Amino acid sequence: MSDVQIITGNQAAAMAARLCNVQVVAAYPITPQSQLAEILSQYVESGSLRAEYVRVESEHSAMTVCISASTVGARVFTATSANGLLYMHEQLHWAAGSRLPIVMCVVNRGVGAPWSIFNDQQDSLSQRDTGWIQIHCRDNQEIMDSVIQAYRIAEQVYAPVMVCYDGFVLSHTMMPVHIPGANLVRSFLPPYKPHTILSPENPKNINPVLLPNPRMSAEGILCDGYMEMRYKLQKAMEDSREVIIKTSREFADAFGRDNGGMLWEYRTDDAEVILSAMGSVAAEAMAAVDQLRAEGIGAGVVGIRVFRPFPKEDVARAFRKAKAIILFEKSISYGYEGGLSSELKAAFYRTDIHAPVHDYIVGLGGRDVKARELVEAAKSSVEAIRSGTPEKHTSWLNCITE
Amino acid sequence: MIEIRWHGRGGQGAVTSVEMLAMAAIEAGKYAQGFPAFGPERRGAPVMAFNRISEKPIKIRSGIYRPDVVVVLDPSLVGLVNVTDGLKPGGVLVVNTSKPASEIRKVLNYKGRLYTVDATHIAREELGVPIANTTMLGAVLKATGVLALKDLSAPLAERFGRLAIKNVKALKRAYDGVKTAQAA
Repeated sequence: MSDVQIITGNQAAAMAARLCNVQVVAAYPITPQSQLAEILSQYVESGSLRAEYVRVESEHSAMTVCISASTVGARVFTATSANGLLYMHEQLHWAAGSRLPIVMCVVNRGVGAPWSIFNDQQDSLSQRDTGWIQIHCRDNQEIMDSVIQAYRIAEQVYAPVMVCYDGFVLSHTMMPVHIPGANLVRSFLPPYKPHTILSPENPKNINPVLLPNPRMSAEGILCDGYMEMRYKLQKAMEDSREVIIKTSREFADAFGRDNGGMLWEYRTDDAEVILSAMGSVAAEAMAAVDQLRAEGIGAGVVGIRVFRPFPKEDVARAFRKAKAIILFEKSISYGYEGGLSSELKAAFYRTDIHAPVHDYIVGLGGRDVKARELVEAAKSSVEAIRSGTPEKHTSWLNCITE
Repeated sequence: MIEIRWHGRGGQGAVTSVEMLAMAAIEAGKYAQGFPAFGPERRGAPVMAFNRISEKPIKIRSGIYRPDVVVVLDPSLVGLVNVTDGLKPGGVLVVNTSKPASEIRKVLNYKGRLYTVDATHIAREELGVPIANTTMLGAVLKATGVLALKDLSAPLAERFGRLAIKNVKALKRAYDGVKTAQAA
C-alpha cells in the first residue's frame, strides 16, 4: 500500500494529532466529532500515541483541562462541534487570553435550537472574537496538513488555533489522503519547548485580577494593565498572518502540498466573476466554476482558508480584478448578513475594488449544496449585474422564504 | 466519473464496501470518495452509502442523486425501499437475491440492466456469516468493470488480515456467479 489512504476527515484529524505527538487529549464526544474522540482514545489505549487521555463531563471541562495541561508545558489537543463549542465559549477566551498554543478541531455543525446534528458553520463563525486563529479546510488532506501546521503556528505566536472542517461532508466522507512520515513531521514540528509558565519549582500566581492601569511589581518592574494585555493579543493575531503564510510555504517545500497560506485561488487568472466561500462549499464552488466556464462565463474561486486573522491584504489582491463577487456562506449574523460578506466588504474599503458583492446563505443544518445550484445562483447574479442592478439583498439559496 | 449507491441495513457493512471500493480505486491509480448517508446510525434500519470513482481529482462534495450503479446488499430491501430511484438510463442494478431476475424486475417494475447473485448464500458458505458486503464487491466489479479484481487484494488484506483470503474467495465466487439478466 502507498502512503495514500482512503480515510474520513475525523480519521485524518486523529492521525494528524498522533503525528504531532500530542501529550494530552481531553475531549467530550459529540456528533459529528465523536469518531475523532474515539480514535484518539483507541490510540492512547493501544499505546500508539503516548498521551494522557482525560475523560471529562463536558466541553467546558475539556477546554479547562487543555488550558491547565498547556500551562504546565504539554502539547494538547481537543475537538468539538456545535453546542459543545458554545459551551466552551468562556474557556476559549481564557485560552487565548492566557496565550496558550492549544489546537482544536471544530467539526462544523449547526447550532440548536432547534437541534440539528448536521453541518453548517454557525458554530465556529460565532466564536470569531475569542482570540483564536481560525483555519477552514476544503478536503481531508487539508485537515491533515492544517493540524500539523496549526501547532507550528500556535507555538510561534502563542495563540490557540481552531482547525475547522464541515461535519459529515468531510468528517464522515472517505477521501484519499497522503499520510506523511513521522520523521518528516517531526523535522517540521520539533517537540514543543514551552516557555514554562507554571511548575512546582517556580510556583506563581497566573492571570490574576489586573487593574485598569499598568503598575510596578514588588520587584520594581512595570507590569501590563489589562488593556496592554489585550493589545498584545491583538498584535499577536495581526502578526500571525506572516507566520501562517511562512508556515504554509515551508510546509509546501517539505511536504509538496501548498494549502495557500491565508487563501487559495482556482482559475482566477482571467476571471471576472469570483465565487468565494470557506470549507467544503469552496470545493463545490470549484466544480461550479468548471461548469460556468463550459458555459462561457469567466469565473474563478477564491477560497478563504483563514478567517481570523482576517486576510485583509490577501483578499484586496485576490479580488482586485473582479467585476462580480459572489459569496456562499454556511452561517448568518442575524440581523445583518453572512459574516464573510461583512468582512470582505470592510477589507475593500478604500481599495479599487468596487465590484458588487452578492451574498448567498446556503446549506444551513445540512441542506445539501450542489454545484449546479451555485452555477444557477452565479448566473442569476451575473445577469442582474449586467442588466444594471448591482445591489442584491442577502439571499437564502434553496430555502422557502415566502 | 462513476457514481454508485449502496443500499443495506445498518450493521451489514455497506460503509466497509464503500471503503474497500474506494481503496481499490486508489490502488488502480484513480481518485475516489466514499460516504454514508449523513445522519444518525441505527442498526437494522435501511441505510445508504455512496462511492464516486474518477480518473481526475474529485471536487464535488454534495450528495449523489443520479447514480450510474445501484447495489442492493440486503434482499429484503427490494420492494421496501425505492432502490431504482434516480438510477440513470443505461445504469446498472446489482442485487443480492436468491430469487430469479424476472421476479426482481416485476417487483421493482424495472426494465434496465440487472445483475443478480445470491451473495448471502456464498457468504454463509465461505465466511460462515450472512454478511454479504465484501462478497457483493465481486458482483459489482463484474457488472460494472469499474475496477479489476486484483485491485481489491491489497485493501482487503489491509482491512481483514488473515480473513482476507476467505473474503477474496467469496467475492471471486460472486464475480464468476453473478447472472446477467438482459434488459426486458
